[in-house]
Amino acid sequence: MANEPAKPAPAAGGRAGMKKELPEHFKAYKGVWVFIEAERGVVHPVSYELLGEGRKLADQLGVELAGAILGPKGEGTNHAIAETFAHGADLVYLMEDELLADYRNEPFSKGLTDLVNTYKPEILLLGATTLGRDLAGSVATTLLTGLTADCTELAVDADKSLAATRPTFGGSLLCTIYTLNFRPQMATVRPRVMSMPARTDKPIGKVVMHPLNMAEEDIVTKILNFVADRQAGKVNLAYADIVVAGGLGMGAVENMQLVKNLAKSLGAEYGCSRPLVQKGWMPAERQIGQTGKTIRPKLYIAAGISGAIQHRVGVEGADLIVAVNTDKNAPIFDFAHVGVVTDAVRFLPALTEAFTRRLSPHNRDKLAG
Amino acid sequence: MHIVVCIKQVPDSAQIRVHPVTNTIMRQGVPTIINPYDLFALEEALRLRDKHGGEVTVLTMGPPMAEDSLRKALTFGADRAVLLTDRFFAGSDTLATSYALAAAIEKIGEVYGKPEIVFTGKQTIDGDTAQVGPGIAKRQSLLQLTYVSKIAELDLDGGKITVERRSEGGVQVLETKLPVLITMLEGTNDMRRGSMADALRAARSDLVIWSAKDAGIEDILKCGLRGSPTVVKRVFAPAARAEKAEQIEIRPAAIDTADALIETIFGTLPALETELVELHQTL
Ligand SMILES: Cc1cc2nc3c(=O)[nH]c(=O)nc-3n(C[C@H](O)[C@H](O)[C@H](O)COP(=O)(O)OP(=O)(O)OC[C@H]3O[C@@H](n4cnc5c(N)ncnc54)[C@H](O)[C@@H]3O)c2cc1C
Ligand SMILES: Cc1cc2nc3c(=O)[nH]c(=O)nc-3n(C[C@H](O)[C@H](O)[C@H](O)COP(=O)(O)OP(=O)(O)OC[C@H]3O[C@@H](n4cnc5c(N)ncnc54)[C@H](O)[C@@H]3O)c2cc1C
Repeated sequence: MANEPAKPAPAAGGRAGMKKELPEHFKAYKGVWVFIEAERGVVHPVSYELLGEGRKLADQLGVELAGAILGPKGEGTNHAIAETFAHGADLVYLMEDELLADYRNEPFSKGLTDLVNTYKPEILLLGATTLGRDLAGSVATTLLTGLTADCTELAVDADKSLAATRPTFGGSLLCTIYTLNFRPQMATVRPRVMSMPARTDKPIGKVVMHPLNMAEEDIVTKILNFVADRQAGKVNLAYADIVVAGGLGMGAVENMQLVKNLAKSLGAEYGCSRPLVQKGWMPAERQIGQTGKTIRPKLYIAAGISGAIQHRVGVEGADLIVAVNTDKNAPIFDFAHVGVVTDAVRFLPALTEAFTRRLSPHNRDKLAG
Repeated sequence: MHIVVCIKQVPDSAQIRVHPVTNTIMRQGVPTIINPYDLFALEEALRLRDKHGGEVTVLTMGPPMAEDSLRKALTFGADRAVLLTDRFFAGSDTLATSYALAAAIEKIGEVYGKPEIVFTGKQTIDGDTAQVGPGIAKRQSLLQLTYVSKIAELDLDGGKITVERRSEGGVQVLETKLPVLITMLEGTNDMRRGSMADALRAARSDLVIWSAKDAGIEDILKCGLRGSPTVVKRVFAPAARAEKAEQIEIRPAAIDTADALIETIFGTLPALETELVELHQTL
């Protein structure tokens, strides 16, 4: 049952240990695909992260890496095609139609399903965004194939099947999932979980066009309006280079100002652990962790955060993790790179001051002079 | 109007351990709750019912003990609770789960009236895939509205619904035709406190308990482990980082400790210092 002791691990037997021959009609499925998520002319960076990951899988399998692009004719889609090649794809499957200008489930799920049924990839990767999750769930159900959610590691096994590893039960466990007897093997990956591959200018390669074959009358859902998030107030935690976050150890809502001040002095974004959202000290969009944002900054400074597993899974991709905590045994010191065992409420203002002094042009001139 | 709300019973804490020897998940002693995300779906359904009239049926697929969550939902004011339980469902992945739930919803429709709206939560806190909602929609040919933050208008006579949907970078206002499947975003409402009358009713009322057969499922090969294309091959604990954090020595003056920390940071990330210096020149 859904709530029973999960799915059996190998020791528990069941179907997990079995390995049947792949049914004949699936043997034609070849190649690794990445669904390129482009909305209003902008490609979501997670698509490039997936191209980086897809490249590795395709090379190991000795097959081609393709981007699947669905969008309206024009500038935005052309840009997406060029960037897909620049980020490592060998070819592009393209469905160009005005009906694909804004995301709606009906045309996109029909379009992607048709592409898969026609060109038969063995692996299909999508970003675990609101769009990607909406689309992947529909497409996998229509194709009656397996879909592994929010993977943190993708690998090719000795028998060439996809081993998709994902955290589960809040990150306290990892599990490796296979879609053994069905194709394509589908997986979603959250933004920032995989690293961004290097971009190299490349000429546009092979583009395979395929029609959507739908009319507006066939689509029931209508978009009445789109209200873009205010650019100014928009929080871009996931893609920030530096993130400063506070936890319950900050003690009081007023002290969150100390976190914001430090962030400001570094041109950084600020965030928090979950209890602060629950207390109403911070808005939900600032939460970092399993049920919040995954971040991958160059520098992450965590103040008064214990380092629970659900927080840890959201920050582990940071290049350098600095933790400030009064408890030298706090779990955060098990995965932070640098620790400061001290009172964050006293320390953050000093750190802000020291950074400002060190970085301000005025002082640097003096130092140099 | 008839609304079906899918709820899942989940362990209260995500802190579940793996048995070091058998590598199975140890859930013993962990209390269970209604998946917190599902409460937003349930509350939204109850509000629509209160406004437009009709009934709310809650549905769960799970072991017999999932009855607790259904009774809890009744105390909040749901009109009817259906428990779908059968050993054939054991080991279901999201494809098999959505197959079974869709079959039960079909049956609920036959017995109690076809639902105009099926609600699910955004995701669960244990499986955490967010795939079951879209799965049910596809199998039932319901129009799919995910990440809904607001139900702007429900026009039962016209068979139409208008919602606000969270998308990357903004909010879509979508209009579509009933019947629909809605996955409700968290934080969109506050769960009501049930009334005393509902609490009494919940304690006394009989749940509708269906096996696979009762729900009209003929092909049990589509259920449980056998109906699941995904196979969990290995469950393991994440590797601990070998080294602990390098500790910065605490000096009497906080500013000196701060300077020492900054030395270490920029010693590790020299390029970052250059970038920050440039940034400060433009400040
Ligand atoms: C299903 C589920 C999902 C979750 N998702 C998330 C998530 O996405 N993100 C998340 O963050 N959490 C999440 N949690 C919660 C998580 O388990 C922890 O409870 C939470 O991260 C703890 O927050 P904290 O570190 O701020 O608080 P605490 O654990 O209370 O830690 C406070 C820390 O501050 C230190 N401290 C106290 N005073 C000071 C001081 N003056 N100076 C410096 N340090 C001080 C203490 O030593 C302690 O280590 C989730 C939990 C569950 C069950
Ligand atoms: C360790 C582990 C990892 C897993 N990984 C995957 C995976 O990657 N891919 C996969 O296909 N399966 C996976 N599964 C199986 C999956 O957890 C189950 O199929 C589960 O029954 C439903 O998925 P979910 O909890 O992710 O639900 P979600 O899709 O997150 O749930 C969305 C909504 O659907 C409704 N809902 C979900 N389950 C029920 C239910 N039983 N009864 C009533 N309503 C319900 C609720 O309203 C819920 O809010 C995994 C299971 C385990 C134990």
